[in-house]
Amino acid sequence: MISAKLLQHPIADRLRGLFLGSRARHGLLFNLVLYALLIAIGFVYLNPLLFMFITSIKNANDLLNPMVQWVPTELYLGNYTKAFRVLNYPNTLTVSFLMSVTPAALQTFVASLVGYGLARYRFRGKSLVFLLILATFIIPPQNTVIPQMLTYRQLGLLGDPLALILPAFLGQGYRSAIFILIFYQGFLSLPKVLEESARLDGASDLRIFLTIAVPSALPAYIVSMIFGTVWYWNETFLTAIFLEGGVTTLPMQLSRFVQAYENLYPPGVVNIFDRLNEAVKMSGTFLNILPLLVMYFILQRWFVESVERTGVTGE
Amino acid sequence: MMNRRHARGEISLRTQEALHGYAFILLWVVGFALFTFLPLIETFQYSLNRVTVTASGITLNFVEWANYTRALFTDPNFVELLIGYTVETLVSVPIVLIFAMLIAMFLNLRFRFKSVFRTIFFLPIVITSGPVIKELTAQGVASVPGITNMAAVSEFLAELPSALRSPVEYLLTSFILILWFSGVQILIYLASLQKVDRSIYEAAAIDGASGWEAFWKITLPSLATATVVNAVYTIVTLSHFSENKVIRYIYDRTYDIHGGIGYASAMSFIYFGVMVILLGIIYLSLRRWAQRGLR
Repeated sequence: MISAKLLQHPIADRLRGLFLGSRARHGLLFNLVLYALLIAIGFVYLNPLLFMFITSIKNANDLLNPMVQWVPTELYLGNYTKAFRVLNYPNTLTVSFLMSVTPAALQTFVASLVGYGLARYRFRGKSLVFLLILATFIIPPQNTVIPQMLTYRQLGLLGDPLALILPAFLGQGYRSAIFILIFYQGFLSLPKVLEESARLDGASDLRIFLTIAVPSALPAYIVSMIFGTVWYWNETFLTAIFLEGGVTTLPMQLSRFVQAYENLYPPGVVNIFDRLNEAVKMSGTFLNILPLLVMYFILQRWFVESVERTGVTGE
Repeated sequence: MMNRRHARGEISLRTQEALHGYAFILLWVVGFALFTFLPLIETFQYSLNRVTVTASGITLNFVEWANYTRALFTDPNFVELLIGYTVETLVSVPIVLIFAMLIAMFLNLRFRFKSVFRTIFFLPIVITSGPVIKELTAQGVASVPGITNMAAVSEFLAELPSALRSPVEYLLTSFILILWFSGVQILIYLASLQKVDRSIYEAAAIDGASGWEAFWKITLPSLATATVVNAVYTIVTLSHFSENKVIRYIYDRTYDIHGGIGYASAMSFIYFGVMVILLGIIYLSLRRWAQRGLR
């Protein structure tokens, strides 16, 4: 009885509010635990990146010195100049850029067409189409890639950018299924009224789609473009098979980094400090993700907000 | 008379609508036939043949199921890799789901510097690619720092029965790697958390429910659909990942001179089968749980 009264005392109440929080805001204790956890997890995520960056600016002496862990004795950029040459950076960067933005854009357009068709029209076999869309997501690429490769070889398209662009244009790009479902969900949640009144005014279906539906589904387009670009950039299985012997993307060049390095700096010829070491490899890896990091930090607000607005959950 | 004409008009309108709908999905249907369905059938055909690549094309020698029996009974590596893949997937999926759910709930709270943490937690979505992961694992950054070197850990591992050892070892060496695969899942959880009506929590609090109870009775059931979606997404991503050992093995065998393509195709189908079974198990068990949770 007494303790209950004491607990209801204004000061006790305030103290409890400070430490444990009230309904309106979190308490000190809660915040402490929250930030500790967030920082710990954040460190786990950033650790590989930090390691990568710090190793990449170490010179050969720092690399061998066990005392030098996190703070290099000097900012050494020689690894980057080497990695830059080995990766053939300007060239592969351009190729990577084109080979991710182009398929992503085409895939986005087609996925929105399909998503709109599924969301707005009644027709038979729709559930079958959904099932097949899901199947394209699940079927592993190696179950379909060999015949495609052989056909491309016969047509002389192997190594040609078209080999990657063509499937994207026909809605069979890398993870196209996800984007179709995002657009389906997006169009389904839009009100139909505007489109119906436009139809009464005699607008054609395609025109309604382009002038009314597309602008109002803008967040879905942003999500689809960003994710499409990122996933195509990082994709190496399909690119390795379809583009082999033709154009080279950045991740492709990274995966044969050792070989390319030894071509440029033959191990028997160069002095010991110019042999391939982790620092150069990490510089190459960092150069590989740098464009994505830049894009991410520029776009990150749109990125998260659009995802929240499109509601990717696909219920 | 009037009625029938009306009915006919209705039907043609319906057909018209259906035709317009088909027009919108036409590109996709053509693409599906050309780039998914036909290649899948062809790959299956290869898997039943010995395929020899010649200058002009390929020649097929029908061998029935020989490629499959070779993969399952003769090949010393393939079955072992498949078992490893199954174990790793079954270990990874729950970790990814629980971790992503936790992070999403954190990010759904209101606190300072939220956007900074949000930026960090979504970073893996942007940079997780085969070669990058490969370089990082080669440098040993993917495991919990220094844990596999500790004598106590290796002794502990040696004590474990062999059936348990590989999952635990995998967990220790690739824990961070597993966390790196949770980016999209966090997004999906976050999106569905934000759809939950705040007033339900207020009502529950007024009725005297603790935060703990609110989590089990409100939050978790409302994340049921997202959990199923996330589970499927996680399995598919892990199974398609280009550094996946089974995929690497199949890819390497493809370029063998003696019957490489046929054998690789057969292994692809076995792998696909295992993956579908895994998907089925996890999907069905989660769905049963989701339905019970909703009731």
